[in-house]
Amino acid sequence: MTLARRLLGFNLLTAIVLGVGGWYAGWFGAHAIVGPSIDYFGNIDYNELSVFLAYLGGVVGFLAGLGFLNYPLARLRGYPPSLREKETQGIGRYFTLCTDHKVVGIQYLWGIGLFFFIGGLNAMLIRTELLTPHNQVFPAGTYLTIVGMHGTMMMGMMTSGILGPFANYLVPIMIGARRMAFPRIEALTFWLLMAAGGILTTTIFFGGFPTGWTGYAPLSNEASAGMDNYILFFALVGISMTLLGVNMLATIVTMRAPGLTWTRLPIFVWGVVSTAVLMVLAAPVLIAVLSMEALDRTAQTTFFVTAGGGSPYLYQNLFWIFGHPEVYILALPGFAIVLELLPVFARKPLWGYRLAVAGLLGVSLLSWFVWQHHLFVSGMNGDLRPFYMLSTELISIPTGFTFLCGMMTLWRGRIRYTVPMLFCLAWFFNFLIGGLSGVFLSDAPSDTTTHGSFFSMAHFHYTIMGGLVFTFFAGIYYWVPKMTGFQLNERLGKIHFWTMFFFFNSTFFPLFIAGFEGQPRRVVTYPSGLQFLNDWVSISAFCLGISMLVFLFNLVWSLAFVKKPAEANPWGSRSIEFQLPSPVPVHNFDRLPVFTSDPYGYGEGAPPLGGLAPAGAPAGRD
Amino acid sequence: MSAAAPAGSVATPNHGRRVVIAWLLLSAVATPLVAIYVGPLFPPGNATVQSQGQVFDNQVMTALMTPVICLLAVFFAYGLVKFRAEKNEALLDGPPLRNDAKVQLLWVVITSTMVLFLAGFGTYELLKDGSGGGQGPNPIAFPANHQSAFQVQVIGQQWEFTYRYPSLGLESNQLVLPANTDVEFHVTSLDVIHSFWAVELGVKADANPGVDNVTYVQTKSPTTFHVRCAELCGLWHGYMFNNGEVVSASQFTAWAASAEKIYASIKPYVNRDAPYGLTYLPDPQRRAG
Amino acid sequence: MRTGGKLVLVVLAVGVLGTLVGFYAWRLTYEAGSPAYTVPVKFVAGRPVVDLKIMTVAAIGPKLSQNPDWVSYLVDTQNGWKRETVWNLPANATVHVTWFNFDGASGLRNPYLSRPQGIVGNRILLDGKPVNVIDPNDASHTFAVPQLGIIVAAPGVGDNAKNQCGFAPCSMNSAHRTVRFTFHTTTPGHFRWQCFVPCAAGWIDGFGGPMQTIGYMDGFLNVKA
Repeated sequence: MTLARRLLGFNLLTAIVLGVGGWYAGWFGAHAIVGPSIDYFGNIDYNELSVFLAYLGGVVGFLAGLGFLNYPLARLRGYPPSLREKETQGIGRYFTLCTDHKVVGIQYLWGIGLFFFIGGLNAMLIRTELLTPHNQVFPAGTYLTIVGMHGTMMMGMMTSGILGPFANYLVPIMIGARRMAFPRIEALTFWLLMAAGGILTTTIFFGGFPTGWTGYAPLSNEASAGMDNYILFFALVGISMTLLGVNMLATIVTMRAPGLTWTRLPIFVWGVVSTAVLMVLAAPVLIAVLSMEALDRTAQTTFFVTAGGGSPYLYQNLFWIFGHPEVYILALPGFAIVLELLPVFARKPLWGYRLAVAGLLGVSLLSWFVWQHHLFVSGMNGDLRPFYMLSTELISIPTGFTFLCGMMTLWRGRIRYTVPMLFCLAWFFNFLIGGLSGVFLSDAPSDTTTHGSFFSMAHFHYTIMGGLVFTFFAGIYYWVPKMTGFQLNERLGKIHFWTMFFFFNSTFFPLFIAGFEGQPRRVVTYPSGLQFLNDWVSISAFCLGISMLVFLFNLVWSLAFVKKPAEANPWGSRSIEFQLPSPVPVHNFDRLPVFTSDPYGYGEGAPPLGGLAPAGAPAGRD
Repeated sequence: MSAAAPAGSVATPNHGRRVVIAWLLLSAVATPLVAIYVGPLFPPGNATVQSQGQVFDNQVMTALMTPVICLLAVFFAYGLVKFRAEKNEALLDGPPLRNDAKVQLLWVVITSTMVLFLAGFGTYELLKDGSGGGQGPNPIAFPANHQSAFQVQVIGQQWEFTYRYPSLGLESNQLVLPANTDVEFHVTSLDVIHSFWAVELGVKADANPGVDNVTYVQTKSPTTFHVRCAELCGLWHGYMFNNGEVVSASQFTAWAASAEKIYASIKPYVNRDAPYGLTYLPDPQRRAG
Repeated sequence: MRTGGKLVLVVLAVGVLGTLVGFYAWRLTYEAGSPAYTVPVKFVAGRPVVDLKIMTVAAIGPKLSQNPDWVSYLVDTQNGWKRETVWNLPANATVHVTWFNFDGASGLRNPYLSRPQGIVGNRILLDGKPVNVIDPNDASHTFAVPQLGIIVAAPGVGDNAKNQCGFAPCSMNSAHRTVRFTFHTTTPGHFRWQCFVPCAAGWIDGFGGPMQTIGYMDGFLNVKA
């Protein structure tokens, strides 16, 4: 295929062109239909409907340009069903709609990495502003948009942070299948996320949004057009999450290879199951509440406006019914990765497999019963406070199971301190602090002071960044050799780990103190007495950002320049993906595996997993 | 943690016993030290009965968490050193230990007990006097003499808190409270959601439009405190703060007189527009244009 | 691809990314149409004295803003009326404010703010007459600096007034109210000021749009020593 032919086909370039075209079509179409000024409350410059229709047009154009409409249209015209789209080789396929789950996994890795970088930049800008309480680096309204963008980008992108790259790549392999249940939908979840990210980054051109990532109701009704970007971003993320969850569940439930019973499933796949259930059930609530908000802003309904009979409480409750399972969607994959990696690097079976599964599912279940702990002081019915205090405290029990199983897996093992292992060990430290601070927050009396302050912010950064992001990097260092066939530099990895660990703690631990001392969240100025604390945190945050650059350098250096080939099983893992060559071939398995045990048979002298000829893995026996 | 050792392994030290003993010793030393010396340092301080209650709560929780932290500290300090694989050794496996029902049971029982204790203790502290948190229009937890509490209505608007004193018939943008008094705050908002956080008093109640959010505090000796808005409310959220004071009864009367002078000229308009009620639910419907 | 080629690509990518990041950061610091205006200072008996002339209009107009129907403050600079709301003032100074309001009334939601406070004598000269409170229903805009305790509300032009101003800048021939007051600055600092009247037409609660944007209904007083 000539270059010109390739560029003109259905790919990212065409998608961007059609997306921009669709945006303008939507904008002018809305203006032509509705008229340039809508006389609801008075003259509003932005025709809210125009912004929504413009971005929707853009998304449709974007997806059409990638080729997502081709298959449905072909089927409508009578063409037979097919599973595969186009090429199976070359770097070009990463910029197209590709139904190979491994390609989608790697697309996710880079896509989420890109938006994680943007969100991280916003964090650096926030810390720049907070260096001094007196001077304004950014105009106050822009600062709120920066804060909102940081939170929203991170929450929207990192919910799929582990399921996107790693589950998409590994779940079919781990269950002995050649594909996911719905390959095209899998690709759709990725590209929806990318379109959403594009929408959020352009919010500043429409005035930004002043509400932070939670988008609380009366303020969001007051906001200018940038709020619509936020609404669309989260709605698309919600759709992407729902589809991702459905795909995972369908795959895991129906496509397991012979012999793979539920008790032999890798714990990582159990983590995916418990997360996918939450995604499927919680994301639609988000889409619903955002639709109500969009209607409030365009069609002048009054769901959340007291004057019209609505209530801000409705927004808060609906949002947090989504929001609390959401944070467990962020935390659970982290547990799963830690429990998956510890047996490999301690060379012992996973201790307490059933207890670990019970812990994952228990967290999943209990996460539905706790959401009002975000609303302890909001004026909700006083009778409810003790109940939600109890339910929130109860969640620490299944979380404790993960700690127990992890610690006992290490017990009397033969521990190797490789880079992935270091990140997993850091998880224990970070999540302990995060979890214990959560106990403070769940205690309603103590929460009176800590709600809405930097204490709560430090808590969730410890659990989400200390929990999810550290395990995200563990997963990268562990599986990238398998995905790409090249090794990552071990020394650079260790530098990245130690700087990140040290500066992460240095950045977020003082924020517990700042919160207790009276610094609320999302403020652009604070009591002068806290300046030293804030400066310490800001400098640490800048160093944390630099540690990420070390990682980025490692990635580019190792994968593009050094390109040292990785062996098929560099970690000596018994897991099925490491019995395959690196990178994993397109069809995954030469012949489908038959499972006779779980992947944790260290020290038991069991044969390699799946009955495949092991590609270089040493048989372990003590 | 006495896991079953493979038969015939003679000189294996009992790691479990070592860890447990080290942990018990460390906890026995650390927990009282933390409870006595670190605990009282916790904010929000001793300005009111509620804030003292919160400090005590934090003290108890910290004391309970200390053994947990000690356990993990001892476990990892011991385990990460003792169970390290030899460098450059062939890739050998560890013992195939998959489970120990006793350990699981012990862990589940101990963690559940701790959690249930904390929940019960927290509930007791909460219901004792409300702990300074907003409880909505129908509070269930109040200090003993709340019927005769001194009422202050806190009005949040973008971007300033103002305070109404129904018994004095005045409004002010300074929060001044009499010492040694039970105070009943009625917090509401005129536009978006704010949150009234009197930091040193240990009071926080969200200001929701159209809602009367009641919270109680019992002041003690005269002091100053900060009021900050704790819920993002728009452009100047970060600048929405006051300084407040708890003053002696005579100083309070003097202040009330001077505030009354300022308010006198506004009074006719307030009575004309809306009855000056105890629970103020202002009509947020006033739209421009 | 050869190593040299790859290196060039990486350097290019870093350069492009760096430029984008730099541009993004610069764009965010750009004060969206409100650079700081230093009010000219004269000295009377050794004390700095400043004359600040401001105006409020119902609609800013297409020449001065991309949002032509937003309400706005303007300040009288040596180059005419400008839509700038960040003003540099000297510390320990006397500031005489003359405020021309060309906008109609929206009404204060909280009547407490209708009484002038924090200014000399706690009263204003409204169209030449001293007044120490206005009817909250007549309030059109406020000039309030909460950190300095300053609250001043200005009443609006009557609905039936003749010759109402359309777009800014408004001439003195259009219907307007004149408010004069004086306040003192003390310590140096960075003090925000805002309007408290829900005057943003078309926004819910009247507090969106121009009410939340610096350069229209909000700004800063930079008090410098």
